[in-house]
Amino acid sequence: MKPALFDYVRAETLDEALAVLAAEGSDARVIAGGQSLMAMLNMRLARPKVLIDIMRIDDLDRIDEERGRIVVGAGVRQAKLLAWDNLAAKLPLVALALPWTGHEQTRSRGTVCGSVAHADPSAEMPLCLIALDGQVHLRSARRRRLVAAAEYVTGMMSTTRQDDEMIEAVSFPVRDGNGYSFREVARRHGDFAITACAAIASADGIRLAVAGVADKPETRDWPDLAGSALDDALNAFAYELDARDDIHATARYRRDLVRQIGRDVIMEARRCRA
Amino acid sequence: MPRLTATKRHAMRFRLNGHPVEGHAEPRMQLADFLRHELGATGTHVGCEHGICGACTVSVDGMLTRACLTLAVQVDGCDVRTVEGLAPEPGRLSVLQAAFRRHHGLQCGFCTPGILMSLDRYLQTNPNPTENQIRELLSGHLCRCTGYTPIIRAALEAAAVLASPTQQEDHVHV
Ligand code: FES
Ligand code: FES
Repeated sequence: MKPALFDYVRAETLDEALAVLAAEGSDARVIAGGQSLMAMLNMRLARPKVLIDIMRIDDLDRIDEERGRIVVGAGVRQAKLLAWDNLAAKLPLVALALPWTGHEQTRSRGTVCGSVAHADPSAEMPLCLIALDGQVHLRSARRRRLVAAAEYVTGMMSTTRQDDEMIEAVSFPVRDGNGYSFREVARRHGDFAITACAAIASADGIRLAVAGVADKPETRDWPDLAGSALDDALNAFAYELDARDDIHATARYRRDLVRQIGRDVIMEARRCRA
Repeated sequence: MPRLTATKRHAMRFRLNGHPVEGHAEPRMQLADFLRHELGATGTHVGCEHGICGACTVSVDGMLTRACLTLAVQVDGCDVRTVEGLAPEPGRLSVLQAAFRRHHGLQCGFCTPGILMSLDRYLQTNPNPTENQIRELLSGHLCRCTGYTPIIRAALEAAAVLASPTQQEDHVHV
């Protein structure tokens, strides 16, 4: 299908983009790589009056290390982060998950921040950001604010972003000797996950984060459980996620995936712990 | 900061397969429709219009791009490459295209322009791909005819031909 009518603004600076957002509020949408939003526009699930293109704002196309965090600007395409030399050393979980984010042909244009902004419940980048206690850097003409990723995403494609705000960057804490693992099951490599699991094994215990089951990524922190205690914890988590049947999989199958892949990634993350 | 109004058609220019082109587009016009309807470049196909099938895949400034997930106005000033630019000259196929013909890598041909563009781009940066890498790349495309096996064979053969020392260097595209 074809999008409904909208004006198109090519912002050359962040201030220009923020000024349009301040003036137009909920009638405006920011477009970056467009790999989620364009599909929504084509299907007319989104009908903004103004589209603000931010991809010609050079300042946003940056990957920086600041005070123990990797800050990924809103213009950074997924392919660029994947090709970043330090990715595996600094953000091993992201290095594992990014190849599952869309396809070569969509990572080339899609941005990391755009995926977080879209907040699809089965998307890998929101999952990683939440699992790693990352932050979303919001910006409006009025102010800047930092929101913990877990608070940013409030449900299926819904977030705490205000109408005049845009994501300026997201930031991930740098690896600190923890072990990481990621796996997902999808119909076709690169499609949205039926279930995706990320595990982090630290000195204090384990964290499991799951996408594709609840209406947003969910995490649980446990001590170093093993054997039937781990089985029980995984089983309880699988039920708490309140899976639903849909065209891709049944609720029961999803619970099974949480139990099985959940266990696999926990074991693997433990093996990788420094 | 230019603001292009919704109901007007705006002049735009870019390079298509090395040649300057211009036309007019409303802001909401997809690049795929601009190529086909405004420029008459119907080699790029449109299947799903939401990024799933890969039939519309082209290259913009060297980036593989779904032409259905890109607005025409976004590529103003860019370097756009489509399937029409693959053959080195009329009557002569590129190495990749010839391998597709040899291996029956197409039947109805609907998916072919997108797949050729993906492989062309990919082989330029990954001259020695494994079969798994080709399969992963093809996960971004749907073909309803071939069962993919001949496509994979064609891609691997094209890579091998291109890597062989006797291959002439005059191909812009693989
Ligand atoms: S038409 Fe663009 S991906 Fe299907
Ligand atoms: S050759 Fe018919 S869809 Fe691929």
